[in-house]
Amino acid sequence: MSTPLKIKGVSHSFGQIEALSDVSLEVQAGTFTVLLGVNGAGKTTLFNLITRLFATQSGRIEIHGADLNRMPGQALGQMGVVFQSRALDASLTVARNMIYQGALQGIGRRETLARSEVLLERVGLADRMGDKAARLSGGQQRRVEIARALIHRPRLILCDEATVGLDVKSRTEIVADLHRLAAEDGLGVLWTTHLIDEVDDADPVYVLHHGKILAHGTAAEIAGGRTLSDAFLDLTGKAAA
Amino acid sequence: MNGWITCAGGIIWREGLRFVQQKERFFSALVRPLVWLLIFAAGLRAVMGLPINPPYETYHEYDEYIVPGLCAMIQLFNGMQSSLSMVYDRETGAMRTMLISPYPRWFLLSSKLTASVIVSVFQVYAFLLIAWFWGVEPPVWGFLTVLPALIVSGLLLGAIGLFLSSAIRQLENFAGVMNFVIFPMFFASSALFPLWRIREGSVEVWMIASANPFTHCVELIRFALYLKVNWEALGIVSACAAVFMAGAILAYNPSRGLVRRRR
Repeated sequence: MSTPLKIKGVSHSFGQIEALSDVSLEVQAGTFTVLLGVNGAGKTTLFNLITRLFATQSGRIEIHGADLNRMPGQALGQMGVVFQSRALDASLTVARNMIYQGALQGIGRRETLARSEVLLERVGLADRMGDKAARLSGGQQRRVEIARALIHRPRLILCDEATVGLDVKSRTEIVADLHRLAAEDGLGVLWTTHLIDEVDDADPVYVLHHGKILAHGTAAEIAGGRTLSDAFLDLTGKAAA
Repeated sequence: MNGWITCAGGIIWREGLRFVQQKERFFSALVRPLVWLLIFAAGLRAVMGLPINPPYETYHEYDEYIVPGLCAMIQLFNGMQSSLSMVYDRETGAMRTMLISPYPRWFLLSSKLTASVIVSVFQVYAFLLIAWFWGVEPPVWGFLTVLPALIVSGLLLGAIGLFLSSAIRQLENFAGVMNFVIFPMFFASSALFPLWRIREGSVEVWMIASANPFTHCVELIRFALYLKVNWEALGIVSACAAVFMAGAILAYNPSRGLVRRRR
């Protein structure tokens, strides 16, 4: 089975500013892989490259073996995305948001609704299908977005700082939801965050700082007997120095 | 192929829902031309003498003259409204949801444009119906023959809106669109006065109005409403629509356009 996400030697600049430098990473099936970095590290730039909102300037991005530049449709069709800013249409019901997302993936209304019931059940919101998105809490909207990102049964799900602005309870539930999806469905999850408490010891972690990958391994390996927070500060402090 | 139809249908359905939910948008789209027709045209009716020029075959009043221009005005505002909603979608993140669809960008943007045209045609017919009761009665078959003209002009004005949406950075900049696009396009055209009359007043304004694609939208609609084809206008409007659509597709290309510039 091919790797859900493989990034090799990706660099990206905005004029003279180098946002990413020779970044390589992989997300394996069934793993919750964390891209950890402070604000401005380049996480969102990398995220925009993977979702093809930016074109790749150098390097290669493959999604389940499909080259993003050469086969964008095939590559994009295998990923589900939850963006940092909330992207539900607040004026539409949850069901209609799901129908719209299904349509963008080429899935008909009836099939989308059938899948939505299952997916919303999994995130505990099956009873909110008829509610307008605006009536949901921030955490609930995020969970709907996760369900929505899964409507076309992707093998990779990307979440860009998906818990920003949420309370601790909501954050914990969402992270747990995605761990469960990775474990039960064999999904590859790429979770970008600057919040160290969202990382489990067994999670594969890539530390991104100033556009470069400083370390990768499981969280426990990177911590090396210290707390991950100390290890992260040590790594990024050294890089800054 | 079914997936493509479903995708386009979904985009059109969402735009339709948005239009239906924004009732004030529908009413303002109607009130704007009605103010021109019921007040402005009523005032000028007495002082404006209009000789018989194609496509008109009999003497006509100013109310009758102004209606095609107001139809095009509805489409112009609708195109700019679509542009506004694209900018809004970009600010809220909804745009990204669409752009990461596995279908090609040109197809997604074309679907968006199609949705905009359908909404604008619906508005124009609602206006024509009210104008009919006001006494502006083009040939009945004109309601049918004007449809292709409305589609072509809607495509041009919608494509201009799409193109502009790639250049507008924030919703706040939309006032600039009003001042620098909508008003000049509308006033420097044959919507309110015939080109020959504009020429009598100012050759420079006449030259601008003659080069203005909106003038050709107006004339295309005017001729079609009176069961005639203005081939020159059709050619110009179609060519301009293709150019602006190509520009919009280029602007939304990740390696060239706005998305690349935005961090």
